[in-house]
Amino acid sequence: MYQFNYIRPTTLDDAAAQLGSADDPKLLAGGQTLIPTLKARLAMPSDLIDISALKELAFIRAEGDAITIGAGTTHADVSVSPEVLKAIPALAHLAGMIGDPAVRHRGTIGGSIANNDPAADYPGACLALDAKIHTTKRLIEADKFFTGMFETALEPDEIIKEVTFPHPEKAAYAKFRNPASRYAMVGVFVAKGPWGIRVAVTGAGQNGVYRCEEMEAALAKSWTPEAVANIKIAAKGLNSDMHGTAEYRAHLITVMAKRAVEASLT
Amino acid sequence: MPAINVNVNGKSASGEVETRTLLADFLRNSLGLTGTHVGCDTSQCGACVVLLDGKAVKSCAVLAVQADGAEVTTVEGLEVDGELHPVQKAFREHHGLQCGFCTPGMMMTAVDLIRRKPDLDEHTVREELEGNLCRCTGYHNIVKAVLAAAEDMR
Ligand SMILES: Cc1cc2nc3c(=O)[nH]c(=O)nc-3n(C[C@H](O)[C@H](O)[C@H](O)COP(=O)(O)OP(=O)(O)OC[C@H]3O[C@@H](n4cnc5c(N)ncnc54)[C@H](O)[C@@H]3O)c2cc1C
Ligand code: FES
Ligand code: FES
Repeated sequence: MYQFNYIRPTTLDDAAAQLGSADDPKLLAGGQTLIPTLKARLAMPSDLIDISALKELAFIRAEGDAITIGAGTTHADVSVSPEVLKAIPALAHLAGMIGDPAVRHRGTIGGSIANNDPAADYPGACLALDAKIHTTKRLIEADKFFTGMFETALEPDEIIKEVTFPHPEKAAYAKFRNPASRYAMVGVFVAKGPWGIRVAVTGAGQNGVYRCEEMEAALAKSWTPEAVANIKIAAKGLNSDMHGTAEYRAHLITVMAKRAVEASLT
Repeated sequence: MPAINVNVNGKSASGEVETRTLLADFLRNSLGLTGTHVGCDTSQCGACVVLLDGKAVKSCAVLAVQADGAEVTTVEGLEVDGELHPVQKAFREHHGLQCGFCTPGMMMTAVDLIRRKPDLDEHTVREELEGNLCRCTGYHNIVKAVLAAAEDMR
Protein backbone atom coordinates (compact mmCIF):
# COMPACT_ATOMS: atom_id res chain seq x y z
CA MET A 1 0.00 0.00 0.00
CA TYR A 2 1.12 3.54 -0.68
CA GLN A 3 0.98 6.10 2.12
CA PHE A 4 -2.19 8.14 2.66
CA ASN A 5 -3.74 10.40 5.27
CA TYR A 6 -6.54 8.82 7.24
CA ILE A 7 -9.55 10.92 8.21
CA ARG A 8 -12.51 9.72 10.24
CA PRO A 9 -15.23 12.41 10.05
CA THR A 10 -18.02 12.25 12.62
CA THR A 11 -20.82 13.59 10.42
CA LEU A 12 -21.81 13.24 6.79
CA ASP A 13 -21.51 17.01 6.27
CA ASP A 14 -17.98 16.86 7.59
CA ALA A 15 -17.20 13.94 5.27
CA ALA A 16 -18.57 15.86 2.28
CA ALA A 17 -16.48 18.91 3.19
CA GLN A 18 -13.32 16.81 3.54
CA LEU A 19 -14.06 15.13 0.22
CA GLY A 20 -14.41 18.52 -1.45
CA SER A 21 -11.18 19.94 -0.07
CA ALA A 22 -8.57 17.13 -0.01
CA ASP A 23 -6.09 16.71 -2.83
CA ASP A 24 -7.03 13.32 -4.28
CA PRO A 25 -9.30 11.75 -1.69
CA LYS A 26 -11.27 8.51 -1.64
CA LEU A 27 -14.15 7.46 0.55
CA LEU A 28 -13.61 4.30 2.58
CA ALA A 29 -16.82 2.43 3.43
CA GLY A 30 -16.64 -1.32 4.13
CA GLY A 31 -13.23 -1.48 2.49
CA GLN A 32 -13.98 -4.88 0.96
CA THR A 33 -13.13 -3.59 -2.50
CA LEU A 34 -11.00 -0.59 -1.70
CA ILE A 35 -8.55 -2.17 0.77
CA PRO A 36 -7.67 -5.11 -1.52
CA THR A 37 -7.26 -2.53 -4.32
CA LEU A 38 -4.90 -0.45 -2.18
CA LYS A 39 -2.98 -3.56 -1.14
CA ALA A 40 -2.39 -4.33 -4.80
CA ARG A 41 -1.22 -0.73 -5.32
CA LEU A 42 -3.89 -0.20 -7.95
CA ALA A 43 -4.89 3.11 -6.36
CA MET A 44 -2.93 5.92 -4.73
CA PRO A 45 -5.32 8.31 -2.97
CA SER A 46 -3.87 11.18 -0.93
CA ASP A 47 -6.53 10.85 1.76
CA LEU A 48 -8.92 8.12 2.87
CA ILE A 49 -12.11 9.49 4.33
CA ASP A 50 -13.55 6.72 6.47
CA ILE A 51 -17.35 6.83 6.48
CA SER A 52 -17.73 3.29 7.86
CA ALA A 53 -18.46 4.48 11.40
CA LEU A 54 -21.08 7.10 10.43
CA LYS A 55 -24.24 5.96 12.20
CA GLU A 56 -26.39 8.32 10.12
CA LEU A 57 -25.60 6.21 7.01
CA ALA A 58 -26.51 2.83 8.57
CA PHE A 59 -30.27 2.31 8.68
CA ILE A 60 -33.18 0.54 7.05
CA ARG A 61 -36.44 2.46 6.91
CA ALA A 62 -39.77 1.03 5.78
CA GLU A 63 -42.03 3.78 4.48
CA GLY A 64 -45.40 3.06 2.83
CA ASP A 65 -44.69 1.43 -0.49
CA ALA A 66 -40.89 1.64 -0.39
CA ILE A 67 -37.84 0.73 1.64
CA THR A 68 -34.93 3.09 2.06
CA ILE A 69 -31.52 1.71 2.93
CA GLY A 70 -28.68 3.92 4.19
CA ALA A 71 -25.53 3.77 2.07
CA GLY A 72 -23.49 2.50 5.03
CA THR A 73 -25.77 -0.47 5.75
CA THR A 74 -23.89 -3.76 5.54
CA HIS A 75 -24.88 -6.67 3.35
CA ALA A 76 -25.31 -8.74 6.54
CA ASP A 77 -27.81 -6.26 8.01
CA VAL A 78 -29.85 -6.13 4.79
CA SER A 79 -29.91 -9.94 4.54
CA VAL A 80 -31.60 -10.40 7.94
CA SER A 81 -33.68 -7.21 8.08
CA PRO A 82 -37.33 -8.06 8.94
CA GLU A 83 -38.50 -5.04 6.91
CA VAL A 84 -36.60 -6.09 3.79
CA LEU A 85 -37.54 -9.75 4.22
CA LYS A 86 -41.19 -8.75 4.37
CA ALA A 87 -41.40 -6.21 1.54
CA ILE A 88 -38.64 -7.30 -0.88
CA PRO A 89 -37.40 -10.76 0.12
CA ALA A 90 -35.46 -10.98 -3.16
CA LEU A 91 -33.26 -8.11 -1.99
CA ALA A 92 -32.50 -9.76 1.37
CA HIS A 93 -31.71 -12.97 -0.48
CA LEU A 94 -29.35 -11.14 -2.83
CA ALA A 95 -27.52 -9.43 0.05
CA GLY A 96 -27.10 -12.81 1.77
CA MET A 97 -25.41 -14.22 -1.35
CA ILE A 98 -22.71 -11.56 -1.63
CA GLY A 99 -19.22 -12.92 -0.98
CA ASP A 100 -18.99 -14.66 2.38
CA PRO A 101 -20.04 -13.84 5.97
CA ALA A 102 -16.92 -11.77 6.75
CA VAL A 103 -17.34 -9.71 3.57
CA ARG A 104 -21.02 -9.21 4.40
CA HIS A 105 -20.17 -7.90 7.89
CA ARG A 106 -18.18 -4.99 6.41
CA GLY A 107 -19.29 -4.44 2.81
CA THR A 108 -22.00 -1.82 2.25
CA ILE A 109 -24.68 -1.14 -0.33
CA GLY A 110 -23.26 2.35 -0.99
CA GLY A 111 -19.78 0.98 -1.63
CA SER A 112 -21.12 -1.74 -3.87
CA ILE A 113 -23.10 0.51 -6.17
CA ALA A 114 -20.46 3.29 -6.18
CA ASN A 115 -17.92 0.72 -7.29
CA ASN A 116 -20.24 -0.76 -9.97
CA ASP A 117 -18.16 -3.89 -10.48
CA PRO A 118 -19.55 -5.58 -13.62
CA ALA A 119 -20.00 -8.78 -11.58
CA ALA A 120 -21.53 -7.18 -8.47
CA ASP A 121 -25.04 -8.06 -7.33
CA TYR A 122 -26.66 -4.84 -6.05
CA PRO A 123 -26.51 -2.96 -9.37
CA GLY A 124 -28.89 -5.57 -10.83
CA ALA A 125 -31.37 -5.09 -8.00
CA CYS A 126 -31.22 -1.29 -8.32
CA LEU A 127 -31.86 -1.40 -12.05
CA ALA A 128 -34.65 -4.00 -11.96
CA LEU A 129 -36.44 -2.43 -8.99
CA ASP A 130 -36.21 1.10 -10.39
CA ALA A 131 -34.30 2.29 -7.32
CA LYS A 132 -33.66 5.94 -6.52
CA ILE A 133 -30.16 6.80 -5.42
CA HIS A 134 -29.98 9.81 -3.11
CA THR A 135 -26.64 11.54 -2.84
CA THR A 136 -25.33 14.58 -0.99
CA LYS A 137 -26.18 16.58 -4.12
CA ARG A 138 -29.21 15.12 -5.89
CA LEU A 139 -31.42 12.16 -6.69
CA ILE A 140 -30.27 9.81 -9.46
CA GLU A 141 -32.50 7.17 -11.05
CA ALA A 142 -30.87 3.73 -11.26
CA ASP A 143 -31.35 3.87 -15.04
CA LYS A 144 -29.03 6.86 -15.18
CA PHE A 145 -26.65 5.86 -12.39
CA PHE A 146 -24.74 2.90 -13.84
CA THR A 147 -22.86 4.29 -16.82
CA GLY A 148 -20.34 1.56 -17.65
CA MET A 149 -17.90 -0.93 -16.20
CA PHE A 150 -16.74 0.47 -12.81
CA GLU A 151 -18.37 3.75 -13.83
CA THR A 152 -21.29 5.67 -12.39
CA ALA A 153 -22.91 9.09 -12.68
CA LEU A 154 -21.35 10.11 -9.34
CA GLU A 155 -19.18 13.20 -9.30
CA PRO A 156 -15.84 13.00 -7.47
CA ASP A 157 -17.11 14.97 -4.45
CA GLU A 158 -20.54 13.31 -4.24
CA ILE A 159 -21.48 10.80 -1.53
CA ILE A 160 -24.32 8.29 -1.76
CA LYS A 161 -26.61 8.78 1.23
CA GLU A 162 -29.35 6.22 0.72
CA VAL A 163 -31.12 4.06 -1.82
CA THR A 164 -34.90 3.80 -2.09
CA PHE A 165 -36.46 0.60 -3.43
CA PRO A 166 -40.18 0.68 -4.25
CA HIS A 167 -42.10 -2.51 -3.37
CA PRO A 168 -42.41 -4.86 -6.33
CA GLU A 169 -45.40 -7.10 -7.03
CA LYS A 170 -43.03 -9.87 -7.98
CA ALA A 171 -39.27 -10.07 -7.80
CA ALA A 172 -36.46 -12.61 -7.60
CA TYR A 173 -32.74 -12.91 -8.17
CA ALA A 174 -30.89 -15.92 -9.53
CA LYS A 175 -27.09 -15.95 -9.43
CA PHE A 176 -24.57 -18.36 -10.86
CA ARG A 177 -21.56 -17.81 -8.64
CA ASN A 178 -17.99 -17.93 -9.67
CA PRO A 179 -16.92 -20.63 -7.21
CA ALA A 180 -13.58 -18.97 -6.47
CA SER A 181 -14.51 -15.30 -6.09
CA ARG A 182 -18.23 -15.73 -5.23
CA TYR A 183 -19.03 -12.81 -7.53
CA ALA A 184 -21.66 -13.38 -10.23
CA MET A 185 -20.62 -15.21 -13.38
CA VAL A 186 -24.13 -14.23 -14.37
CA GLY A 187 -26.90 -12.89 -12.18
CA VAL A 188 -30.42 -12.03 -13.34
CA PHE A 189 -32.84 -9.91 -11.31
CA VAL A 190 -36.45 -9.96 -12.53
CA ALA A 191 -39.06 -7.57 -11.18
CA LYS A 192 -42.58 -6.43 -11.88
CA GLY A 193 -44.09 -3.34 -10.31
CA PRO A 194 -45.89 -0.07 -11.03
CA TRP A 195 -42.79 0.91 -13.04
CA GLY A 196 -43.25 -2.01 -15.42
CA ILE A 197 -41.32 -5.19 -15.99
CA ARG A 198 -37.57 -5.26 -15.77
CA VAL A 199 -34.89 -7.85 -16.27
CA ALA A 200 -31.41 -6.74 -15.15
CA VAL A 201 -28.34 -8.79 -16.01
CA THR A 202 -25.09 -8.57 -14.10
CA GLY A 203 -21.79 -10.41 -14.56
CA ALA A 204 -22.18 -10.76 -18.30
CA GLY A 205 -22.17 -7.40 -20.08
CA GLN A 206 -18.96 -5.73 -21.19
CA ASN A 207 -20.34 -2.41 -19.98
CA GLY A 208 -21.55 -3.79 -16.66
CA VAL A 209 -25.15 -4.24 -15.60
CA TYR A 210 -27.81 -3.83 -18.29
CA ARG A 211 -31.49 -4.50 -19.01
CA CYS A 212 -32.50 -7.31 -21.31
CA GLU A 213 -35.38 -5.82 -23.29
CA GLU A 214 -36.14 -8.99 -25.21
CA MET A 215 -36.89 -10.80 -21.96
CA GLU A 216 -38.84 -7.85 -20.58
CA ALA A 217 -41.12 -7.96 -23.62
CA ALA A 218 -41.62 -11.71 -23.29
CA LEU A 219 -42.46 -11.44 -19.59
CA ALA A 220 -44.89 -8.61 -20.29
CA LYS A 221 -46.90 -11.07 -22.41
CA SER A 222 -46.67 -13.86 -19.86
CA TRP A 223 -44.90 -13.85 -16.49
CA THR A 224 -43.85 -17.49 -16.63
CA PRO A 225 -40.52 -19.33 -16.75
CA GLU A 226 -41.53 -20.70 -20.17
CA ALA A 227 -41.75 -17.18 -21.58
CA VAL A 228 -37.97 -16.74 -21.24
CA ALA A 229 -36.83 -20.38 -21.44
CA ASN A 230 -36.34 -20.39 -25.20
CA ILE A 231 -34.87 -16.95 -25.67
CA LYS A 232 -31.43 -17.28 -27.20
CA ILE A 233 -29.18 -14.43 -26.08
CA ALA A 234 -26.50 -13.30 -28.54
CA ALA A 235 -22.93 -13.62 -27.27
CA LYS A 236 -21.91 -10.33 -28.86
CA GLY A 237 -21.03 -7.69 -26.26
CA LEU A 238 -20.70 -10.21 -23.42
CA ASN A 239 -17.59 -10.89 -21.37
CA SER A 240 -15.17 -13.66 -22.19
CA ASP A 241 -12.51 -14.46 -19.62
CA MET A 242 -10.70 -17.36 -17.98
CA HIS A 243 -13.90 -18.27 -16.11
CA GLY A 244 -16.18 -18.58 -19.11
CA THR A 245 -16.73 -17.61 -22.73
CA ALA A 246 -19.28 -15.10 -23.96
CA GLU A 247 -21.32 -18.00 -25.39
CA TYR A 248 -21.38 -19.69 -22.01
CA ARG A 249 -22.51 -16.51 -20.30
CA ALA A 250 -25.20 -15.96 -22.96
CA HIS A 251 -26.57 -19.41 -22.19
CA LEU A 252 -26.42 -18.74 -18.44
CA ILE A 253 -28.51 -15.58 -18.83
CA THR A 254 -31.44 -17.62 -20.13
CA VAL A 255 -31.03 -20.26 -17.43
CA MET A 256 -30.78 -17.69 -14.63
CA ALA A 257 -33.74 -15.69 -15.98
CA LYS A 258 -35.85 -18.85 -16.03
CA ARG A 259 -34.85 -19.70 -12.46
CA ALA A 260 -35.52 -16.16 -11.27
CA VAL A 261 -39.03 -16.10 -12.74
CA GLU A 262 -39.68 -19.52 -11.20
CA ALA A 263 -38.51 -18.28 -7.81
CA SER A 264 -40.69 -15.17 -8.09
CA LEU A 265 -43.76 -17.40 -8.29
CA THR A 266 -43.12 -19.34 -5.07
CA MET B 1 1.97 7.99 13.02
CA PRO B 2 -1.48 7.73 14.62
CA ALA B 3 -1.68 6.16 18.08
CA ILE B 4 -4.43 3.60 18.51
CA ASN B 5 -5.93 1.75 21.40
CA VAL B 6 -7.70 -1.53 20.77
CA ASN B 7 -9.16 -3.93 23.29
CA VAL B 8 -7.69 -7.24 22.18
CA ASN B 9 -8.87 -10.41 23.90
CA GLY B 10 -10.08 -8.40 26.88
CA LYS B 11 -6.86 -6.43 27.34
CA SER B 12 -6.16 -2.89 26.29
CA ALA B 13 -3.45 -2.74 23.63
CA SER B 14 -1.93 0.55 22.49
CA GLY B 15 0.51 1.29 19.75
CA GLU B 16 1.54 3.61 16.99
CA VAL B 17 0.77 2.43 13.49
CA GLU B 18 1.11 3.72 9.97
CA THR B 19 -2.26 4.59 8.50
CA ARG B 20 -1.75 1.84 5.94
CA THR B 21 -1.06 -0.90 8.53
CA LEU B 22 -3.61 -3.69 8.28
CA LEU B 23 -5.32 -4.94 11.43
CA ALA B 24 -3.81 -8.38 10.70
CA ASP B 25 -0.30 -6.91 10.72
CA PHE B 26 -0.93 -4.91 13.89
CA LEU B 27 -2.04 -8.08 15.66
CA ARG B 28 0.84 -10.16 14.37
CA ASN B 29 3.75 -7.73 14.30
CA SER B 30 2.97 -5.20 17.02
CA LEU B 31 1.21 -7.48 19.49
CA GLY B 32 2.89 -10.77 18.62
CA LEU B 33 -0.47 -12.50 18.25
CA THR B 34 0.62 -14.74 15.40
CA GLY B 35 -2.38 -17.04 15.68
CA THR B 36 -4.08 -14.80 13.12
CA HIS B 37 -2.70 -16.02 9.80
CA VAL B 38 -2.35 -14.23 6.48
CA GLY B 39 -2.83 -16.59 3.55
CA CYS B 40 -3.48 -14.35 0.56
CA ASP B 41 -3.17 -10.87 -0.89
CA THR B 42 -6.69 -10.73 -2.28
CA SER B 43 -8.88 -11.03 0.86
CA GLN B 44 -10.29 -14.33 -0.33
CA CYS B 45 -8.83 -17.07 1.92
CA GLY B 46 -10.28 -16.29 5.35
CA ALA B 47 -7.17 -17.34 7.33
CA CYS B 48 -7.10 -13.90 8.97
CA VAL B 49 -10.67 -13.84 10.31
CA VAL B 50 -11.04 -12.27 13.77
CA LEU B 51 -14.04 -10.91 15.64
CA LEU B 52 -14.31 -7.11 15.45
CA ASP B 53 -16.91 -5.86 17.94
CA GLY B 54 -18.24 -9.41 18.00
CA LYS B 55 -18.52 -9.97 14.24
CA ALA B 56 -16.30 -12.06 11.99
CA VAL B 57 -14.23 -9.90 9.65
CA LYS B 58 -11.12 -10.37 7.55
CA SER B 59 -8.37 -8.57 9.45
CA CYS B 60 -6.48 -8.17 6.17
CA ALA B 61 -9.33 -6.01 4.85
CA VAL B 62 -9.57 -3.65 7.83
CA LEU B 63 -7.01 -0.95 8.65
CA ALA B 64 -5.55 -1.00 12.15
CA VAL B 65 -6.58 2.67 12.57
CA GLN B 66 -10.17 1.66 11.89
CA ALA B 67 -10.08 -0.63 14.92
CA ASP B 68 -9.14 2.24 17.25
CA GLY B 69 -11.53 2.04 20.19
CA ALA B 70 -12.96 -1.32 19.13
CA GLU B 71 -12.91 -4.81 20.62
CA VAL B 72 -11.06 -7.56 18.82
CA THR B 73 -11.04 -11.26 19.61
CA THR B 74 -8.38 -13.46 18.03
CA VAL B 75 -7.92 -17.19 18.26
CA GLU B 76 -5.67 -16.63 21.28
CA GLY B 77 -8.67 -15.15 23.08
CA LEU B 78 -10.92 -18.18 22.69
CA GLU B 79 -9.74 -20.21 25.65
CA VAL B 80 -10.83 -19.13 29.09
CA ASP B 81 -8.63 -19.87 32.14
CA GLY B 82 -6.75 -22.62 30.33
CA GLU B 83 -9.99 -24.28 29.22
CA LEU B 84 -10.34 -24.62 25.43
CA HIS B 85 -13.39 -23.09 23.75
CA PRO B 86 -15.98 -25.69 22.64
CA VAL B 87 -15.07 -24.92 19.02
CA GLN B 88 -11.38 -25.62 19.72
CA LYS B 89 -12.26 -28.85 21.53
CA ALA B 90 -14.42 -29.98 18.65
CA PHE B 91 -11.70 -29.27 16.06
CA ARG B 92 -9.30 -31.42 18.10
CA GLU B 93 -11.84 -34.18 18.73
CA HIS B 94 -13.01 -34.41 15.10
CA HIS B 95 -9.58 -33.89 13.56
CA GLY B 96 -10.78 -30.70 11.87
CA LEU B 97 -7.26 -29.72 10.80
CA GLN B 98 -4.17 -31.06 9.12
CA CYS B 99 -1.45 -28.43 8.63
CA GLY B 100 -3.43 -25.96 10.74
CA PHE B 101 -2.87 -22.92 8.57
CA CYS B 102 -6.56 -22.24 7.92
CA THR B 103 -7.63 -23.30 11.42
CA PRO B 104 -7.65 -19.97 13.30
CA GLY B 105 -9.81 -18.36 10.60
CA MET B 106 -12.05 -21.41 10.44
CA MET B 107 -12.57 -21.38 14.19
CA MET B 108 -13.27 -17.65 14.42
CA THR B 109 -15.76 -17.99 11.55
CA ALA B 110 -17.35 -20.93 13.36
CA VAL B 111 -17.67 -18.99 16.63
CA ASP B 112 -19.40 -16.16 14.76
CA LEU B 113 -21.63 -18.59 12.88
CA ILE B 114 -22.79 -20.40 16.02
CA ARG B 115 -23.58 -17.03 17.61
CA ARG B 116 -25.78 -16.06 14.63
CA LYS B 117 -27.31 -19.45 13.89
CA PRO B 118 -27.23 -21.79 16.89
CA ASP B 119 -29.42 -24.32 15.06
CA LEU B 120 -27.06 -25.54 12.37
CA ASP B 121 -27.31 -28.20 9.72
CA GLU B 122 -24.58 -29.48 7.45
CA HIS B 123 -25.69 -27.53 4.39
CA THR B 124 -25.68 -24.24 6.30
CA VAL B 125 -22.21 -24.91 7.73
CA ARG B 126 -20.82 -25.58 4.25
CA GLU B 127 -22.39 -22.40 2.86
CA GLU B 128 -21.21 -20.26 5.75
CA LEU B 129 -17.63 -21.52 5.50
CA GLU B 130 -17.36 -20.54 1.84
CA GLY B 131 -15.02 -17.65 2.66
CA ASN B 132 -12.52 -19.94 4.40
CA LEU B 133 -10.25 -21.96 2.18
CA CYS B 134 -8.49 -25.13 3.34
CA ARG B 135 -5.85 -26.78 1.18
CA CYS B 136 -5.60 -29.94 3.29
CA THR B 137 -8.67 -31.46 4.85
CA GLY B 138 -11.32 -31.52 2.14
CA TYR B 139 -13.54 -29.73 4.69
CA HIS B 140 -15.39 -32.82 5.82
CA ASN B 141 -14.00 -32.95 9.35
CA ILE B 142 -14.16 -29.18 9.70
CA VAL B 143 -17.90 -29.34 9.02
CA LYS B 144 -18.26 -32.18 11.55
CA ALA B 145 -16.35 -30.18 14.15
CA VAL B 146 -18.50 -27.08 13.68
CA LEU B 147 -21.70 -29.12 13.95
CA ALA B 148 -20.42 -30.85 17.10
CA ALA B 149 -19.40 -27.54 18.69
CA ALA B 150 -22.83 -26.03 17.94
CA GLU B 151 -24.46 -29.07 19.55
CA ASP B 152 -22.17 -28.79 22.56
CA MET B 153 -22.93 -25.09 23.01
CA ARG B 154 -26.71 -25.45 22.82
C1 LIG C 1 -13.84 -12.14 -1.13
C2 LIG C 1 -14.83 -11.13 -1.64
C3 LIG C 1 -15.97 -11.57 -2.29
C4 LIG C 1 -16.92 -10.66 -2.76
N1 LIG C 1 -18.02 -11.14 -3.41
C5 LIG C 1 -18.93 -10.28 -3.89
C6 LIG C 1 -20.11 -10.77 -4.55
O1 LIG C 1 -20.34 -11.98 -4.64
N2 LIG C 1 -20.98 -9.87 -5.04
C7 LIG C 1 -20.78 -8.52 -4.90
O2 LIG C 1 -21.62 -7.76 -5.36
N3 LIG C 1 -19.69 -8.03 -4.28
C8 LIG C 1 -18.76 -8.88 -3.77
N4 LIG C 1 -17.67 -8.38 -3.10
C9 LIG C 1 -17.52 -6.92 -2.97
C10 LIG C 1 -18.25 -6.41 -1.72
O3 LIG C 1 -19.64 -6.49 -1.88
C11 LIG C 1 -17.87 -4.98 -1.37
O4 LIG C 1 -18.36 -4.79 -0.09
C12 LIG C 1 -18.44 -3.89 -2.24
O5 LIG C 1 -18.17 -4.06 -3.59
C13 LIG C 1 -17.85 -2.54 -1.87
O6 LIG C 1 -18.46 -2.07 -0.73
P1 LIG C 1 -17.61 -1.53 0.47
O7 LIG C 1 -18.59 -0.95 1.44
O8 LIG C 1 -16.72 -2.56 0.97
O9 LIG C 1 -16.85 -0.30 -0.21
P2 LIG C 1 -15.33 0.15 -0.25
O10 LIG C 1 -14.46 -0.96 -0.66
O11 LIG C 1 -14.99 0.86 1.01
O12 LIG C 1 -15.43 1.23 -1.41
C14 LIG C 1 -15.63 0.87 -2.76
C15 LIG C 1 -15.70 2.13 -3.63
O13 LIG C 1 -16.92 2.84 -3.39
C16 LIG C 1 -16.68 4.18 -2.96
N5 LIG C 1 -17.72 4.47 -1.97
C17 LIG C 1 -18.00 3.74 -0.85
N6 LIG C 1 -19.08 4.25 -0.22
C18 LIG C 1 -19.51 5.30 -0.95
C19 LIG C 1 -20.59 6.23 -0.81
N7 LIG C 1 -21.46 6.17 0.21
N8 LIG C 1 -20.73 7.19 -1.77
C20 LIG C 1 -19.86 7.27 -2.81
N9 LIG C 1 -18.83 6.42 -2.99
C21 LIG C 1 -18.65 5.45 -2.08
C22 LIG C 1 -15.27 4.15 -2.41
O14 LIG C 1 -14.66 5.40 -2.48
C23 LIG C 1 -14.60 3.14 -3.32
O15 LIG C 1 -14.22 3.73 -4.52
C24 LIG C 1 -16.71 -9.26 -2.60
C25 LIG C 1 -15.56 -8.80 -1.94
C26 LIG C 1 -14.63 -9.71 -1.45
C27 LIG C 1 -13.40 -9.22 -0.74
S1 FES D 1 -5.35 -13.21 4.50
FE1 FES D 1 -6.57 -14.18 3.00
S2 FES D 1 -8.50 -13.30 3.47
FE2 FES D 1 -7.24 -12.24 4.81
S1 FES E 1 -5.56 -27.68 7.52
FE1 FES E 1 -4.07 -27.07 6.09
S2 FES E 1 -5.08 -25.44 5.09
FE2 FES E 1 -6.63 -26.26 6.30
